[in-house]
Amino acid sequence: MIKLTIDGKQFEADGDKTILNVCRENGIEIPTLCYLEKINEIGSCRLCVVEVEGLEKLVTACNTKVKEGMEVRTNTERVRRARENTLHLLMAEHKTNCFKCLKNGACELQYQARMHGVDVPNFQPSHYDVQHAPFDEHPFLSYDPGLCIQCQRCISTCAKATGRHALSLERNAARVYVKVPFGDNWKDTDCEGCGNCAQACPTGAITIKRRKDYREWEIKKVLTTCPHCGTGCQMELYVKNGKIVDVMGANGPSNQGLLCVKGRSGSIDFVDHPDRIRYPLIKNKESGEFERASWEEALDLVASKFNAIKENYGGEALAGFACSRSTNEDIYMLQKMVRAAFQSNNTDNCARV
Amino acid sequence: MSKLYLADPNSYDVKISKIKRHFSHKVEVYPPGSCPLTVQLSFLRTAAGQTCGKCVPCRDGLPLVARLLQKVINGDATQQTLDNIKMMAMMIRESSDCAIGWNAADEVLKGLELFADEYQSHIRFHKCDESVAQKVPCIALCPAHVDIPAYIALIAEEDYAGCINMIRKDNPFPTACGMVCEHPCEESCRRKMLESPINIRGLKKYAVDQMRVDQVRTPKPNPSTGKRIAIIGGGPAGMTCAYFLALMGHKAVVYEIHDKLGGMLRYGIPNYRFPKDRLDEDLNAILGAGDIEVIYETNVGKDIPIQKVRDEYDAMFVAIGAQSGKTLRIPGVDAANVYSAVEMLDEIGNGRLPDYTGKKVIVIGGGNVAMDAARSAIRCGAAEVSCIYRRRQKDMTALESEVESAIMEGVMLVTLQSPVEITKHEDGSCSGLSTQPQMVSTYSGDRPGTTAANKEQQHFEADVILIAVGQDIVSGPFEDFGMKADRRVFRAGLDTSVEGMPGVYVGGDCATGPSTVIRAIAAGKVAAHNIDEYLGYHHKLHCEAAAPEPRENIRTLLGRTEVGERPAFLRKKDFLHVEEEMTHEEAMQECSRCLRCDHFGCGAMEGGRDL
Repeated sequence: MIKLTIDGKQFEADGDKTILNVCRENGIEIPTLCYLEKINEIGSCRLCVVEVEGLEKLVTACNTKVKEGMEVRTNTERVRRARENTLHLLMAEHKTNCFKCLKNGACELQYQARMHGVDVPNFQPSHYDVQHAPFDEHPFLSYDPGLCIQCQRCISTCAKATGRHALSLERNAARVYVKVPFGDNWKDTDCEGCGNCAQACPTGAITIKRRKDYREWEIKKVLTTCPHCGTGCQMELYVKNGKIVDVMGANGPSNQGLLCVKGRSGSIDFVDHPDRIRYPLIKNKESGEFERASWEEALDLVASKFNAIKENYGGEALAGFACSRSTNEDIYMLQKMVRAAFQSNNTDNCARV
Repeated sequence: MSKLYLADPNSYDVKISKIKRHFSHKVEVYPPGSCPLTVQLSFLRTAAGQTCGKCVPCRDGLPLVARLLQKVINGDATQQTLDNIKMMAMMIRESSDCAIGWNAADEVLKGLELFADEYQSHIRFHKCDESVAQKVPCIALCPAHVDIPAYIALIAEEDYAGCINMIRKDNPFPTACGMVCEHPCEESCRRKMLESPINIRGLKKYAVDQMRVDQVRTPKPNPSTGKRIAIIGGGPAGMTCAYFLALMGHKAVVYEIHDKLGGMLRYGIPNYRFPKDRLDEDLNAILGAGDIEVIYETNVGKDIPIQKVRDEYDAMFVAIGAQSGKTLRIPGVDAANVYSAVEMLDEIGNGRLPDYTGKKVIVIGGGNVAMDAARSAIRCGAAEVSCIYRRRQKDMTALESEVESAIMEGVMLVTLQSPVEITKHEDGSCSGLSTQPQMVSTYSGDRPGTTAANKEQQHFEADVILIAVGQDIVSGPFEDFGMKADRRVFRAGLDTSVEGMPGVYVGGDCATGPSTVIRAIAAGKVAAHNIDEYLGYHHKLHCEAAAPEPRENIRTLLGRTEVGERPAFLRKKDFLHVEEEMTHEEAMQECSRCLRCDHFGCGAMEGGRDL
């Protein structure tokens, strides 16, 4: 443990931590845009700059480790001015149109600009916009270069968190963009469409197309477990007027905020699908139609048929196969039933994702 | 792991490195008289082009500052624009991650201060300061503004007398400058955009080797004005002043402390670099130009009161040089066989060669005088000559070519050693020099300083120690007379006038500190013209030579011809001139490289060259 001073107060901290870690642990607010813990610590946005006694320059809190005796000042005039000017630069290049933007209300740039009182940038843009049109051919994802702040959270997420390396930086002379696999050749790329890049994006540059169905302030968030496989990813369902409209990865021990393409884009549409079976059905042999039945009728029918098979052909004739979207508890119960009631070892599960 | 590859020999980086050299040359030859804001903008655009694109301040901030700077140049800026440039540059300097950003912003901020007047001029008047006007590079950077393209063209026409007359229009020492000029004219030579500067000094030497200067008649002087001007000091500044005054029709009376003229050209620069008979060619021509009288072996201020000289003449030009050697404040400096290098060279200049046969000689210092002393010591038979210097070799103030020649002749450079004490034998003569090893440190001015290294002191044996750590000006009597000086360097206006003393002018080493021949010549030229004005005249001097029609530029890359030297093992045995003559073919080829900037480009315009 080392001792340091932040804004005049003494703190003890683990020497492996960054100034940002220590500040956040102690409730000292430091604005960030490009920072994603352990994923993007490249210090590109320079919004987290702080003063450190004895250093000529301002240092980025996100990737500067604390040191014994360090004296940090997080909110001086100099620091505030630097942050404001940084935001003016970002806002000058950002093609601001919050009304139209899917991220309105969820945009971190919007939030930081508001917190720093930067509503209209002081300057005109300095870069030519070489890329104008959004990349929009991908079924789930879209990239609007005009809204990109080049923080590289998406690139680092794709490289370090998902391991796909499907996103990279590309440039036109000194102007940089994110090279996204969302154009008309999206099928030929390494992109799996997981959308973690969109979730990482602080602005409306990379978005999940579902966002067009809601605004941030219209939804209620419900924490749940992804139903797809046995990984147990935590997710937040975005619910608008009682309907699930979107999914975000939540920070669970097995998924660390990430989701796969199935979790993000294949987990909710069936909920309100008209083909969904919402109660037990038993086939009327005479009419050939399925007719609504009670759970008792349905379960009794199934139990009697299973028992008949077991009596005629033995338990080995029966098998139980659980869907991977079931919970571990349900799957456990299923195999218990197969072994104890069927007296069969023929049981399995498809959760081999 | 992905596949690995070796560097591609056809990569952009390899190709860029080929043109990068030309790019840096382009910057080095930024034309004299350029608008400093364009220099700043070029720098900034270069930096902005070097961004990796990661961080906001550099990626988005540098182009913004460049745009604001362009607004200043466009005449669209206000004081607010300047404040914004400053605010944003400060943010970039403080917040950038790497030097691409913070260094560029630092340069912008420095420029805002250095060129504050120029910024104001653009903001308020939408134009450059009046001092901004592009000039022919070589002429502008020659302190005496000699018409270099013209005399090179005359050499190309094999008109050597014309060449000498063309040089003399601004500088009556063509031979001296052909031999020993430090050629600041070559610094921004436009030919460097292609490969290297023209060897201007070498071509001048070729001309005076073909046609001795005293064989070319000087222009006819004006009829006598009856005015008499005293010139104190017969070195390059004094004799230049005398020459031009004489051509104007005035009488110049030169007071010389020695029994011969030439100053440091005679008593400082050894014969092997500038043979004395060649110096006499310049001096003979000067003395023959008009009414010049020399009073030898007279120390003004000692033998005659300065006031008396001033009273007897219509004007006075003080050009006493920097004649005395500085010494070191270390123990043992009073030992026998410890000399000032300036004294030693002065003795040699007077024809009294010391005998160093079999002796170990140490020279302390890294300037041209140190090199002259070391190379002279070798020629005086020394068994070993070491040159001990406090900084690194590249920090030596001596011309690189001088250092190189000294090394070739066997001078051993011992760098990063600071003298601590001169040790003595029992008889009081020096036995050696103790030094404290140094390590290079932070910059002070243009060179890095040094601090003591964590190493033990060293001791170097020596029978003779020559101290070459600078020269002093014997300013005392003149300060008593009323001339102001800062650390013995006389204060002078850019017109060489002395404040509060009408008719008194001062120039050369004594007004600049030890410097180059050509700066002294420039001072003599400026003083002569301003004395003429002071006396109520406005003489224009005629030049009989004219610049020939230019030939077309040769755009093919063509190497620079260097002046050859006699092999080191031969030349170090005598005091004869080390340099050889250029061949006719070499000289003609070198002339052909000249791009004739006096004709092509700004030199053709009114005001496009210095006078």
